[in-house]
Amino acid sequence: MRWLRRNLVVIAGLGTLAYMILPNVVVTVFSFNNPAGRFNYAWQEFSLDAWKDPCGVADLCGSLALSLQIALWATIGATALGTAIAFALVRYRFRARGAVNSLIFLPMAMPEIVMAASLLALFLNMGIQLGFWTILIAHVMFCLSFVVAAVKARVLSMDPRLEEAARDLYAGPVQTFVRVTLPIAAPGIAAGALLSFALSFDDFIITNFNSGNTVTFPMFVWGSAQRGTPVQINVIGTAMFVIAVLVVLAGQMVGNRRKKAQPK
Amino acid sequence: MTGPAVETAPPQAPAPAEPPVHKASLRKRLIPYWLLLPGILWLLVFFVLPMVYQASTSVQTGSLEEGFEVTWHFRTYWDAFTEYYPQFLRSLLYAGTATVLCLLLGYPLAYLIAFKAGRWRGLLLVLVIAPFFTSFLIRTLAWKTILADGGPVVAVLNNLGFLDVTSWLGLTQGDRVLATPLAVVCGLTYNFLPFMILPLYSSLERIDTRLHEAAGDLYARPATVFRKVTFPLSMPGVVSGTLLTFIPASGDYVNAELLGSTDTRMIGNVIQSQYLRILDYPTAAALSFILMAIVLIMVTIYIRRAGTEDLV
Repeated sequence: MRWLRRNLVVIAGLGTLAYMILPNVVVTVFSFNNPAGRFNYAWQEFSLDAWKDPCGVADLCGSLALSLQIALWATIGATALGTAIAFALVRYRFRARGAVNSLIFLPMAMPEIVMAASLLALFLNMGIQLGFWTILIAHVMFCLSFVVAAVKARVLSMDPRLEEAARDLYAGPVQTFVRVTLPIAAPGIAAGALLSFALSFDDFIITNFNSGNTVTFPMFVWGSAQRGTPVQINVIGTAMFVIAVLVVLAGQMVGNRRKKAQPK
Repeated sequence: MTGPAVETAPPQAPAPAEPPVHKASLRKRLIPYWLLLPGILWLLVFFVLPMVYQASTSVQTGSLEEGFEVTWHFRTYWDAFTEYYPQFLRSLLYAGTATVLCLLLGYPLAYLIAFKAGRWRGLLLVLVIAPFFTSFLIRTLAWKTILADGGPVVAVLNNLGFLDVTSWLGLTQGDRVLATPLAVVCGLTYNFLPFMILPLYSSLERIDTRLHEAAGDLYARPATVFRKVTFPLSMPGVVSGTLLTFIPASGDYVNAELLGSTDTRMIGNVIQSQYLRILDYPTAAALSFILMAIVLIMVTIYIRRAGTEDLV
């Protein structure tokens, strides 16, 4: 009883973790299922068919490739635009700073569906064909604020004396930026880029409104929830989980090694 | 008059050098604007302008066949609100419940990672972040399997008498969980947990653990240390976590669609079907503005009362 009380936080925390991991376990287990009907909701028998042929369903891998492509471009766009804004906000005092700050904050303080619907209103009014470009435009828009927040946090915690020191050692502004400022800001930029990629790749609500007939991976999954869910979806979900865990773990190991290499 | 003029002459000698200096500083002063320009332009064109278009759509009348026209028909707002206020109320109720549950479930895990995990910290963080990279739709569909009628989870809840209580509260129906409010709230809680845990963790991690020791030295019991030291210091995380959970949850329609029934429709479902199926654009636009107004007002009041200004 005493032990229970002392470890209450640990037990509750691990309970939450179990709640968070449970669906991933189910997705993985059901990727080895051989479903009886169109829906993969009840366990029938073990099978490796879906793993042998992950692209065996029409349009599945096409939608996956499209989502990756959009996520990549959206990340590049949002990271470039967002990093510039973050530097301007932290490093310079200028008029309209407050207004810019609110403009950056607003997209995060609004339910996604409001932005999704208003973008659709714009595209409809302008007669713009919905598809790849409208999805990309929307994704860059909503990822932007998250990049600004991530980069800003990093640049704010940066010691300005490091740049002064570089200047004292006769580094030009460009050299200072490339060799001192950028490397220090890099983790913030990387975090912003990673977040953009994940948000864009996984976005459903804004994409659903602005995609027209173009089918991204989340759109494919949504459609399959109505028409029948192929086991391949679980295979892709499992693979994505494993890859994500490996990538993030690798990133942390690199970060830890760096930290050890330069003790501060 | 000539005296001071002669006296000030020497400092004025390098005057010819001044214009270039001035030019350089002007160029320097313009740097932030050049940095801001592309991103801000993007937001103005694809975030602010759409809002203007939606505002104009909301006061139009007409139909898809005959075309829409701005008629300043503000009644649309009133009609939309009176027709769909149950869905508004339900959205706020579900999102609010999910937010409270996220806080109750997320806090111990964030605390565990920040203070007790030791060398497991990295792995636990990865497990919190990893869901961001696997499709949330696939994971939400997995809840259909987990909560399936007659499945193990439902059987256990039934045997514990939990479902009797929730049925009595109107959260479930008989021995079903799927297609009930409980399933929708469960899905919402699940989907937005990482958005609660990460801000909580980052504000907990910043707390100097010596403060805990100091409180202990002053004979504070663990519960008191938590109530008077840890929790107040984690307030920024609590505020941003609850906002990051409540705002998207209030507009969500995925959980209500996949895990709920027509009785659990949230306002997001209504806006989605008005825009994409019924094609009644004015009503849809009005509904989404009402939702935005409700959320912004609630968020503003909440931030005022919670008293944290340095959110972003």
